[in-house]
Amino acid sequence: MNYGIVSQEQLEQIDTILSDKLIKLGVDCVIIIDMAGNIITAKDNGESKYDVYSFAALAAGNFATVDAMAKLVGEQEFSLLFHKGQDSNIHFSKIDDELLLISMFGKEISLGFLRLNVVDVIEKIRQLWNKK
Amino acid sequence: MSFINLKEKVVQVKIVYYGPGRCGKTTNLEYINKTYRKQIVSEMVSLKTHGDRTLFFDFLPFDMGKIKGYDIKIQLYTVPGQVKYNATRKLVLRGVDGIVFVADAMAKQREKNIRSLNQLHENLQSYKESIFKIPLVMQYNKVDLKEHGIPILTTDVLQKDLNSRLKVPHFEASAITGYNVAATLKKIISSTVISIQKKLL
Ligand SMILES: Nc1nc2c(ncn2[C@@H]2O[C@H](COP(=O)(O)OP(=O)(O)OP(=O)(O)O)[C@@H](O)[C@H]2O)c(=O)[nH]1
Ligand SMILES: [Mg+2]
Repeated sequence: MNYGIVSQEQLEQIDTILSDKLIKLGVDCVIIIDMAGNIITAKDNGESKYDVYSFAALAAGNFATVDAMAKLVGEQEFSLLFHKGQDSNIHFSKIDDELLLISMFGKEISLGFLRLNVVDVIEKIRQLWNKK
Repeated sequence: MSFINLKEKVVQVKIVYYGPGRCGKTTNLEYINKTYRKQIVSEMVSLKTHGDRTLFFDFLPFDMGKIKGYDIKIQLYTVPGQVKYNATRKLVLRGVDGIVFVADAMAKQREKNIRSLNQLHENLQSYKESIFKIPLVMQYNKVDLKEHGIPILTTDVLQKDLNSRLKVPHFEASAITGYNVAATLKKIISSTVISIQKKLL
């Protein structure tokens, strides 16, 4: 897979998947980033305005740190990461070795429900890439 | 590795300021941050210790405008220079497109510059990148100290120590006064963009 350049068609398909499967369910914001901290795509519900570039840099650093810690304790990886706040939560999930899916959501959505949908989204994105 | 979004015509470029502890990497970014407000869309992010040493990285997004119809977004990072932080230094280098090596021109830092450059070489190898291939600019920082009677290395010595094999562009600079900070930045951006343009064609 050449993730460095994603075609317009691929991005549109990914955006549709993110909208249908996450934003429509009430997720505030979804970002796909690579491990270098670049943004592949970002979708939100139109209300939340995050500084997505800084967010991506910090998120990549955060995930990389946790990943390095996993190796230190002899784990292959901690493929899932979750931060819980008063009003908003952040969920990280690995798509593959290079890509991360990050969802920001409020208290209306349960973690279990979100996870189910994230698994589904990741599966669909992988299929999309494998077609190439 | 840069990320090119063909749909929105955006290219994201990652440039990392690398060098030994206290050589002035963060000071470079701080100067850029206060001098180019118009091109900077968001706040500089600094993950640092109480003593103002970089703990993980500084991050500053910088808008370059358009090249061939593509919006160029430069992401500037610094690494933590302290010896003990190599694990995090390596994480910051992931996916790097261009590097500024900031050397400390103070005479007593001579060994540290060399060691840091050698480690950069090793760290890049761990990502299957080569220090001989990646866009790289040398900055010999703190030349202002000469006026204060502090012994500094001449550019000839620094060139011999650090740049005799690499032969990359180099600048004397003073990050604290801003001398050649912009020149260094412009050079690394142009070298990096040229190397990325090949992908756009
Ligand atoms: N005289 C002089 N001092 C400088 C210059 N650049 C940086 N300094 C000083 O050197 C010290 C360290 O600068 P930083 O920019 O924090 O160094 P750093 O490379 O980010 O250090 P780490 O984060 O530990 O890796 C600070 O006290 C700066 O004010 C310079 O050009 N001239
Ligand atoms: Mg610093």
